[in-house]
Order: sequence, then structure tokens, then C-alpha cells
Amino acid sequence: MLLEIKNLHVEIDGKKILNGLNLTVEKGQVAAIMGPNGSGKSTLAYVLAGKPGYEVSEGDVLLDGESVLEMSPDERAAKGVFLAFQYPVEVPGVATMTFLRTALNAQRKTRGQPEVSTPEFMKLVRDTAGQLGISQEMLRRAVNVGFSGGEKKRNEILQMAVLQPRLAVLDETDSGLDIDALKIVADGVNALRSPERAMVVITHYQRLLNYIVPDLVHVMARGRVVKSGGKELALELEAKGYAEFQDEAA
Amino acid sequence: MNAEVRAIKTPAEQALSAAFASARSTLPGKGAVAALREDAFRQFETRGLPHRRVEEWKYTDLRALMREAYPLAAPPDAAAKAHAKAAGDMFSGVDCRRLVFVDGDFAPELSDLKPEPGLSIGSMAEALASGDALVAANVGKTFVTDDVAVALNTALMGDGAVIRIAKGTEIKRPIHLVFAAGSDKPSSIFIRSLIVVEEGAKAVVIDDHDSGPAQVNAALDLVIGDKAQVDYCKITRARGLHVASLLASVGAKAQLNTFAFTNDAAVLRNQNFIRFAGEGTKAGIRGVSLLRGKQHADTTLLIEHAAGHCESREQFKAVLDEQAHSVFQGKIVVKPHAQKTDAKMMTRALLLSDEAEADNKPELEIFADDVVCGHGATVSAPDETLKFYLMSRGIPEQESEALLVQAFIGEVIEEIAHEGIRDALMFAALRWLGTHA
Repeated sequence: MLLEIKNLHVEIDGKKILNGLNLTVEKGQVAAIMGPNGSGKSTLAYVLAGKPGYEVSEGDVLLDGESVLEMSPDERAAKGVFLAFQYPVEVPGVATMTFLRTALNAQRKTRGQPEVSTPEFMKLVRDTAGQLGISQEMLRRAVNVGFSGGEKKRNEILQMAVLQPRLAVLDETDSGLDIDALKIVADGVNALRSPERAMVVITHYQRLLNYIVPDLVHVMARGRVVKSGGKELALELEAKGYAEFQDEAA
Repeated sequence: MNAEVRAIKTPAEQALSAAFASARSTLPGKGAVAALREDAFRQFETRGLPHRRVEEWKYTDLRALMREAYPLAAPPDAAAKAHAKAAGDMFSGVDCRRLVFVDGDFAPELSDLKPEPGLSIGSMAEALASGDALVAANVGKTFVTDDVAVALNTALMGDGAVIRIAKGTEIKRPIHLVFAAGSDKPSSIFIRSLIVVEEGAKAVVIDDHDSGPAQVNAALDLVIGDKAQVDYCKITRARGLHVASLLASVGAKAQLNTFAFTNDAAVLRNQNFIRFAGEGTKAGIRGVSLLRGKQHADTTLLIEHAAGHCESREQFKAVLDEQAHSVFQGKIVVKPHAQKTDAKMMTRALLLSDEAEADNKPELEIFADDVVCGHGATVSAPDETLKFYLMSRGIPEQESEALLVQAFIGEVIEEIAHEGIRDALMFAALRWLGTHA
């Protein structure tokens, strides 16, 4: 098991969001997490990445059998966790290229690896950026500043491609995207599928899953996983909505 | 009504009076210049040093800050000049024309005086002594103000730069005015410079002060002709008190960009008095202050739109750590006939500690009815969401905070057109970040 979440209880500002969530994701798997608003999907994403402010009152999160809950976000990143933000943050004054190199080298340093060589790095970024339709000019601009919604999401995938995580968590990657942008992002994500990598795709709508086809679909409601199934489950939800789960989780 | 009120009470004020009394006959300039000095000193004597009940000085109480006034600086000796050789190193990587002043005195032997068509360079002390016409026509006349710091400067001005750029001339290399501290003895230095950029001319000027322990009062009369383009950077490092006044008059269809930067100043006040006297001008008035310890930096602007169709953008950022204190007072005045004025002012302070303090006082005085004016002020702690974003990519906490600050000030530093100057300032900022607790 690459990721094992055991009986996770999480609260923020005294409000309970996750209520005994259990989930496992194997290497090579793409697991979709769907659910109504308020089910705790984004909280799950943030807790995996280590965002401050969330209090874990019970349970554990294990990456390759190692608990990550005591690790800071940068330590988790070095261990291979990557969160593609639903609302990517603007970083004015820091060029995208510089940011990518700083992040990659910081992770390598934490892992005791040598820094990436400039030619190697430039090639990796140029190739990947090209595939994602990100221009050289955009790479010189400050991270996400003045980027459209679609460009910001593509930038998240670029970061993922450069940082090569073992566990990629995509938080509502499709939000705010039109079909064309969605296809580019999905292609980028699919290009990163690998037997060594697990992906958790969090989405409200089934549409994304036509492009990023999951191996498993889990439904979240009221802070826990209430149903799991294959990719057909997503189509069922599309047809029936989340109503039955709102009652069940209560 | 009583006779003239004499406000000279404190030891510093008395010392200044005594200094003027004994120096007035030897300070450069006779006749009209001497009369100008007398007039100016009288202005100081009637009001004394500004204190916190004077609205424009409420956050920088000079009367309280100056326990004493140091004696006027002696001309620099060989040792002082040798000491000043390394000054201006912030821009060592930029190809500039260096003009060096040691303890306020022009040092031609340390300066680049290679002739260049359209450029004339001189010493203010010499110009005052010889009754130079350009100086007589402009010094003290670019922006009429009753400000006491300016008055003191006019009364006691010693030396500085006199630069004239002739019509249509483009000066390619930045003119780097290096005001270096030569002596370690605490003294008072009064610097006055004049820069006249004639119609259609272009110049980049770096006004770089390393004031040492001295009490420095610097003023610059900047006259910008129609269609001229000027980029002006004011750099200040000071272990003592440094008060600087920019008095600018800008013609029509001109471009003015100013940038004030400090990463190490004990007590600093940069005041800009800028008047748009002609239509169609675009100006960017910007600055970054990096402060720690008990440092205090005050930026005070008076931007006067006296002609219509001008655009001004004022953008200032301060980063404060420990018990540092930053002050921003920005006043935009739009005169009655200055229609279609477009003026936007923004000041932002980033507090890295619980004890740092930022005071922001934006003001708008609008007397025309077809204008677009706005101001914004924010004071905040580092953005936690931004910090988390950086950390989630693997960047450790301290580095993330440094990047965050870099991002904060980068937004303004990026507005500097000259790449070499921009890089030099960014580098100086990063060094400051590297040593921050």
C-alpha cells in the first residue's frame, strides 16, 4: 500500500470535518474521490499535504508504512507527496522557472541527493512545458501571476511533472476549466501515470473522469468514505446524484 | 502680535544656530546666495526643528531624535578619501559613471570626469561660490515649500553635484553619485545637488548615500524638461540620521521614475516634493524599505498635479522585523485645472515580528472634478496560504519565508527599467533576507 489512511478524524476551528475516514491507495492506481459539497474532500487533500490549522484528533496517515502526520509540508513533499491546488496561489516576483528549480533542489537536498544540473533541468522543463502548451515566455513570468484559470491548472501539472511525486493528490483540478483546457490537463496527468505512482483525483463532477479514467471510485459524505466501486460508480453518481449518501452518512 | 517667535530652545537647535553664525561667512556663495541662506535660516529659527505636533513630522519627531547637532564636517583628508574608495559597491557590477563625494565634498580625483557631449558636471560648492547662473535660477526654486529640513539645507548647504543634460541628449551609462562616509567622527553634512534634464533628454541617476554615523541633510533640485525621461534611484545606508528631500519640477509629456531603497538605515526620512507642471507626463514614484532592529524609515510624498492629463503611480513596500518602524505619508494634490489626472497610490507593509510597526497615512486633496484618484494601504503578516504553497513544493520554512518576502518586494523592484540596477537591488535585498532572524 502506498497510501493508507486509518480511521482519520480531523477538525478545524472546533468543527469536525473528517469522521473516521478509511482509504487505501496502491502504487500504480488512480483513485477518484467524489462527493457533495461539505463532504470533506478538500480537507482530506489539505491534511495529506500537511496544511496548518487542521487538528487530527484520531487516526493515522501512512505513506509506504511510515506515518506522515508529524512531518512538515516540505518534509512530506520530499517523501513524494504532491498536492495540485484547487486554487493555485500567485507568487509575484518569483519566476516560474526559478520556482521549479528551487523546489526540486530543496526536495533533493532533503533527500540527500545532489542538485539537478542546469542542462538536465532546462530540458525537462522545456519538454514538459511544451506538451502542456506552456510557452517559454510564461516560464519567465512570476508563478501564476496574471495566469488564466486554465493556465494555473496546467502550471500545477507542470510542477507535478518536474517534481515527480509518488503520491499525487489533485484537488478539483477540473474546477473552472472549459473542455479544451480540461483535455490538456488530463493529457498531462495521464502522461504521468506510472506503476510506481499513485494518484488521488478529487472531483465533484464525473466529467473529468471521462478523461482521467480511474481504477477505483470512492464516495465521500460527511467526512468519511461511504461507498467504493469501479469507474462505473462515477456514472451512477452522475445519474442519481449524492442524495442517498447524504442520509446514509448521518 | 508679538515680535518674531524664536523657537530655538533645544541643545541641537542652539548648536545649529551657532554653527550657522560661525560658518555663514565661509559657506560658499556671496550676494544672492548669501541672502538665500539668511532667509532660509530665518525660516528655521522661527519654527525650530519639526516635532510631533507638526502634522508632516508627527511620526519622525526630529526635535526629539536630535539630542545634539554635530559640528559641520571638516573637508576629507587623504585617509578619509582612502576609506571611501570602496563605497558604492552595491553597483559594482553595473557600468556607471562614478562621481564621488567624501563626507559631502566632491572628490574629482576619485570620479569619472571623461567628457561626454551634452553632459556637464560640476561641484555645487564651486557653482555657489562663482554665482553660477543655472544654480541661481534653480536651487530653491523647483518646488516652493516652507519645510524646515529643506530650509536648513538651503542655509547650510556645502557641496553636491551640479549636472546638466542638454536638450535631446541620451546619457547611456547611469550617473552614479556616490556619497561616501570618509570620517568616523560624528559630524553634520549638508548636501545640495541640482540636476537639470533639458527637453527631450534621457538620463539614469543613482543617488547612493552611505552616511556612516553623520547627521546628513541632503536635498536635490531636479528639473525635468518637456519630453525628457529620467530614472532616479535613491539608495540610503546610514548609521546616523539621514533626511533627504527631492524637489522636482516636471515638464510636459515627460517620464519620471523614482525608486528609493534602503536595507540598513538607523533613522531615515526621504521626502519627495514633486510637481507636474506640464500635461501628459507619466510618473512612477516607488520604493522598498527593509528594516530591522530599532530602525526607522519615513517616506513622505507630496505629489502635486498642477497640470492635467498626467498619470502618477506611487508604490511603496516595507518589510519590518524586530522592533523596526516604517512610516508612509503620501499626499496627492490635484489642482483645480488638472483635469484627467490619473493618480494611484499604494503602500504595503509586511511585518515579520510582533513588535514591528508600520504607520501609513495616504491623503488625497482633489480640486478638479474629472479625475481618477485612488489610494490603498495594507499592513500584514506573511501570507500563510502562500507559505504553505511553497512548503508543499518542498521548500523549507525559512526559505519559504524568504521567498515570500522576495515575492513581496519583487513586485516593486521589477518596475525598475534598468536591468543592472534592478538586479543589484534584488541582490542587496536577498542578502538582507539571508541575515534575517
